[in-house]
Amino acid sequence: MKETNIKQNAKNMTRRKFVAAATAVTAVSALPTAVFAQAAPIKIGLSIAQTGPLAGGGKAALLGLQMWRDDVNAKGGLLGRKIEMVVYDDQTNPSLTPGIYTKLLDVDKVDLLIAPYGTNPTAPIMPLVKQRGKLLMGNFSFEVNERIQHDMWFNNAPWTDAVAWSSGFMDMGIKRGAKTIAFLAADAEFSGALAGGARSLATHNGLKIVYDQKYPPNTSDFSSMIRSVKAAKPDIVFVASYPGESVAIVRAVNEIGVGESVKLFGGGMVGLQFAPIMESLGSQLNGIVNYTSYAPEKTVDYPGLKDFLSRYAVKAKAEKVDPLGFYLPPFNYALGQMLEQAITATKGVDDKALAKYIRENEHKTIVGPIKYGRNGEWASARVLMVQFTGVKDKDVEQFRQSGKQVILSPEKFKTGELRFPFEKARK
Amino acid sequence: MFTWDLLIGALVFGLLVGCFYAAVSIGLSLSFGLLDVPHIAHPSFLVAGAYATWWLGTLGLDPILAGLVLAPLFFGLGVVMYRLYYAMFERHGSDTGLRGLAFFFGVAFIIEVALILAFGVDQRLVEAVYIGKSIDLTDDLRIPLRLIVAFVVALLLTIGLTLYLGKTYMGRAIKAVAQDQIALSLMGADPVKVKQWAFGIATAVTAIAGSLLIIIGPVDPQLGRIYIGRTFCVVVLAGLGSMSGTLVAGILLGVVETIVLTFFGASWAPAVAFGLLLVMLGVRPQGLFGR
Repeated sequence: MKETNIKQNAKNMTRRKFVAAATAVTAVSALPTAVFAQAAPIKIGLSIAQTGPLAGGGKAALLGLQMWRDDVNAKGGLLGRKIEMVVYDDQTNPSLTPGIYTKLLDVDKVDLLIAPYGTNPTAPIMPLVKQRGKLLMGNFSFEVNERIQHDMWFNNAPWTDAVAWSSGFMDMGIKRGAKTIAFLAADAEFSGALAGGARSLATHNGLKIVYDQKYPPNTSDFSSMIRSVKAAKPDIVFVASYPGESVAIVRAVNEIGVGESVKLFGGGMVGLQFAPIMESLGSQLNGIVNYTSYAPEKTVDYPGLKDFLSRYAVKAKAEKVDPLGFYLPPFNYALGQMLEQAITATKGVDDKALAKYIRENEHKTIVGPIKYGRNGEWASARVLMVQFTGVKDKDVEQFRQSGKQVILSPEKFKTGELRFPFEKARK
Repeated sequence: MFTWDLLIGALVFGLLVGCFYAAVSIGLSLSFGLLDVPHIAHPSFLVAGAYATWWLGTLGLDPILAGLVLAPLFFGLGVVMYRLYYAMFERHGSDTGLRGLAFFFGVAFIIEVALILAFGVDQRLVEAVYIGKSIDLTDDLRIPLRLIVAFVVALLLTIGLTLYLGKTYMGRAIKAVAQDQIALSLMGADPVKVKQWAFGIATAVTAIAGSLLIIIGPVDPQLGRIYIGRTFCVVVLAGLGSMSGTLVAGILLGVVETIVLTFFGASWAPAVAFGLLLVMLGVRPQGLFGR
């Protein structure tokens, strides 16, 4: 019976009707794919260190961005357009970035720009980006917009300026009766600005500067400098260093010591957030108080963050990059989320419209809500000052537990008390 | 801030760091100083030695032992490298220096990229019983053991190479080839074979120095760039080809650099090498021990 009806229906349908119907069905079923494939992709251009001193962080950061891109594309893209990233390695070399960004704009014709990872490679592109009137999403730079004042710059890093960065650190020392301070800073854009802010804060708080040393980047042995710090007998030692130097400084401190007077050591040491370095230094990290953007503590657990980190861990293993990915990857994913929200809300990729949206709205991200204030930096800083505690040697997995990086500041996120003096806290 | 304690400390640390500089330069003293090969890839071989040491370290081998294990392998590598250089440039005579420079520059880049591909861009460290520990000379002067290890190895390398070049038949042949290649061939020795042997030794020594490099501090594939100026400075300061001169020049550089760093600021320290070099070239162009 059923079969007869089918045959009858088939007889009623002419060949022309069948072809028309089949074409219509095929066209309708293929519609989303066709639209996705035909619309030009949204091209996002950036350079990011894949070689050079910041490459360890740069690779992990790029993975975070790629995860955002893949997540968006898996959902069908934005405005029906696929996200495409044009990425170059800037070799952590500031002299290369102006050329790369000119190429991104003039040759690759990208729609949107993300800044290189880090202050030194970003600073040289700021005049170019301002001149071209482009939106620039900053990637963990520090005070690069202070002089340029580009109104379409938005940094994904949770700090505002040098004073906000180091005030938590200084306050801890001052509360414990510190009267003197020593500075050890790399002679480079980021560390110079950071130490400069910390220096004025120290002077403002009446701390006497007993040692102030700028050293050339890539210095590999700090034995003599640490000896000089020790001889100056400071209460606080503020260090602003890059990854290789941070390792050498921690080693020299471990070998030579900084003296009984020191209550607080650290502050702005880049590298102590990267898993390979944390694993290598192990117990030598104990007692150091340093900045970071995230630590696995309950006070900074935001929706989606743990899920991101567990997905990241799988990819990081395959890509052989920072296995923990606490410092940069979540904030790079968040950078993508902010762009995603702005593009969806403004229904386009116009730089001015996107900048206006980002400036005026609070953004929901996996690193918590982000709202912008002065100079395209966060409205309120969230630089975490953590103290390494109970760290053992040769165990990277231990850093996934809470209690290894105790948050001391800001007060709102605090999970423990400062252990001092430094020599005692190291044990 | 000047104190006698700081000065004594600076002198002691300068001596130790200087010996490390001598150790990383002594291979170049042989290849560039004696053989006149523009071996600009020397620091890259150092870094390759450091990475190989790191890799052997992951198998549980002590860094110094790893350096000794690597030395024969690097010897072979040096022999091959010299044969290539000879076949491609030296044999053809003219413009050898400039073309050789370009060749070794290329080799340096290839090594750097190969290290990035093989080990990634992260910095590498090694662990050993003498790393991260120190000995107390006085209440206020603690000396890192890793610097003492570098000091001892540099001394042994210098003494060993000086004895080898002065007391053995092959060593004398190497000195002879540096002085007059034609005269050596008239004596029945093959200058090319002597040079390839010497280049092999220079590269083997670099493997041991590479293990010191990773003992002193973390390494990354591009670290070699920092050592180009410093190693060439030590070799020229010493007087080309002088092994004992290399030790003295290394110590001189280390001491002056550490004193400048301690009392005048670390930013001036990198200028010390080239400042010393300028003074030396003006006052005694043949170097401290050159003839």
